[in-house]
Formats: sequence, structure tokens, C-alpha cells
Amino acid sequence: MSKDWPLWEVFVRARGGLDHRHAGSVHAPDAQLALRHARDTYTRRLEGVSLWVVKSTDIIASDPAHAEEMFEPAADKVYRHPTFYDLPDAVKHM
Amino acid sequence: MTDYLYEYLLRLGDDSLILAQRLCEWSGHAPTIEVDLTISNIALDLIGQASLFLRYAGAIEGQGRDENKLAYHRNSEQFRNCLLVEQPNGDFAQTMARQLLFSTYSLLLFEKLELSKDPHIAEIAAKAVKEVRYHADTAADWVIRLGDGTEESHERMQDGLDWFWRFVDELFEMDDVENVLLAQGIAVDRPALRAEFDQRIGFVLEKATLENKPVGWALRGGRTGMHSEHLSPLLAEMQVLPRTYPDAVW
Repeated sequence: MSKDWPLWEVFVRARGGLDHRHAGSVHAPDAQLALRHARDTYTRRLEGVSLWVVKSTDIIASDPAHAEEMFEPAADKVYRHPTFYDLPDAVKHM
Repeated sequence: MTDYLYEYLLRLGDDSLILAQRLCEWSGHAPTIEVDLTISNIALDLIGQASLFLRYAGAIEGQGRDENKLAYHRNSEQFRNCLLVEQPNGDFAQTMARQLLFSTYSLLLFEKLELSKDPHIAEIAAKAVKEVRYHADTAADWVIRLGDGTEESHERMQDGLDWFWRFVDELFEMDDVENVLLAQGIAVDRPALRAEFDQRIGFVLEKATLENKPVGWALRGGRTGMHSEHLSPLLAEMQVLPRTYPDAVW
């Protein structure tokens, strides 16, 4: 049965103020049940305060075959990291 | 009075405990792994409620019995659950029919028990009411989906509902025990919940394109220990370990 159901990606917000993070996926026939299944599968140990579900097919993913030109050019651009500044002590969490 | 309160707490605790044990039978057998978790989560909520009610029952009884002693070392005629919760699961539709009936009843009951003059009962009810609201909602969701689904799912849903209706009247009956506690503001006036129950179930059934067929006779007896033949095998499975190894610990 679950093979006939589309796949949904589940995003959980652990606490107010934090981002929704990808937690995994569930099978469900529609959005309403996807949300129930996400709740029962990924928040049963108090992992979250908010849930998003997105149909997996609605996610546009980068092609692994293009990883070279997509990501490798960033590898030697160390100057893009803000690590060459002296931060004042008052600035935290940079 | 103490005896009455003990009796009432057993009724509340045993309903949750026995239904939880029934639902656990779906573990590993539900239609999908997600539904498996849905049912297990409901069962675990119910075990939590049972544990609180039975612990309190043991304290009121004053014989040194805790919730485990009460759960594992009573025989079927000493259980006070309603007949509905001990019935076999049937298929998934039938299980959801029972869940809708029980959780809808349970929600109405706990909403009133939150106002009980017994502060400990009120406290347990306040915790349980949130859990039960989700159970009732989940069950309604499935009943509507299956009722208003395919020809086969509709038929199975209707059959499941028809079977369990005969156990509904018992949920709303009072006896001396509860009348005395009601007069003290501790227990809930069960018959007063019935109209709202019928209305809520009717609302779900209409959306599910299901019929509420009246039954010829209602079955009762659980509250006084007169159970169906299904309770003893359930207890045998639930109790075998602590009875075989009384000193076993986690």
C-alpha cells in the first residue's frame, strides 16, 4: 500500500526561533495524512514544535553529474570566508 | 466512598489499559510503517493514562498495590473496563471504527473530568484530554477516508461500525458507584454526554457517507466484571511475563 503512496519530505522545527530542518520522509496519499504521518514518525520524542511536509517530486534538486562545475569552483576561494577580520569580542556566534 | 473512588479509577484506568493492549497487536502488522507508528503512539498514550489512573487507584485502595500490580495481577473478573475496548481488532477499518467511538467518548469524558473536584483526577484528565483529542481526530480522518473511499473500503468501514455499535450504550451508563461520586462532584454525568457524542459521531459519519444503523440490543457488563470471552486471552498474553517471573525487573 505504501508503495502506491507518493513520498513526502518532512521538515521539523525543533524550537521556536530555529529553522525547519530536514528530518526524513514519509509515504502518504495526500498532504493532510502526510502531516499526520510526519507527526507520528518524527515528533514522537518531543523533537519538534512545527512541521512542514513537501511532496518529494516538488523539490528541484541539483544534478550530481554537474557537481564538478556547480560546487568545485568554490573550493579554492578561501577569501570568501570572513576569517580575515579581527572580530571585536562583543560579537558572538560568527 | 473510598471503595467507590477505587472502583471508578479502575474503570478509567482499565479502559485505557485494555485498549492499549489491543492496539499493540497491530505492531508490525499495520498497512504501512507510518500507520503502524500512528497506532503504537495511540497505544502508548493510553498506557500512560492507565498508569496514572491505576497508580492513583492503588494509593486510594491503600493495600500497597502499584499500577503494575493492578495491571498484571488481577484476573478478568476483577477488570472494570467496558466491553468495547476488549473486542478483537478485526480489520483496519473495524479498528478505526472502535477508535472513533472510544476516543470521541473519551474526549467528552475527560473534558468534564478536568473539572472534577478530585484534584488528582482533574490533573490526569487535563493531560489526557490533549492526547485523546488527537486520537479522535485521527480516527475520524480514517473513518471518513475509508467510508468515502472505494466500494470495498466503504463496506468494511460500515461493517466495522455496525459491529461495534452494540457496545456503545455501556459507555454512558451509571450505577450507584458513579451516582454517589457524581453527587460529590468527582465523577462525570455520563448520560449527559450522549447527545453531544451522537452529534459528533453523526457529523463524521455523514462526511464518511456511512449510516448509523440502530442495534437490536446493547451489550453490557464490563463495569461489574462480566466480560466477553475475549478478555482472558488478552490478559494471558499481557500478564504472562510478570506472572511467570514475578521478580523480573527492567
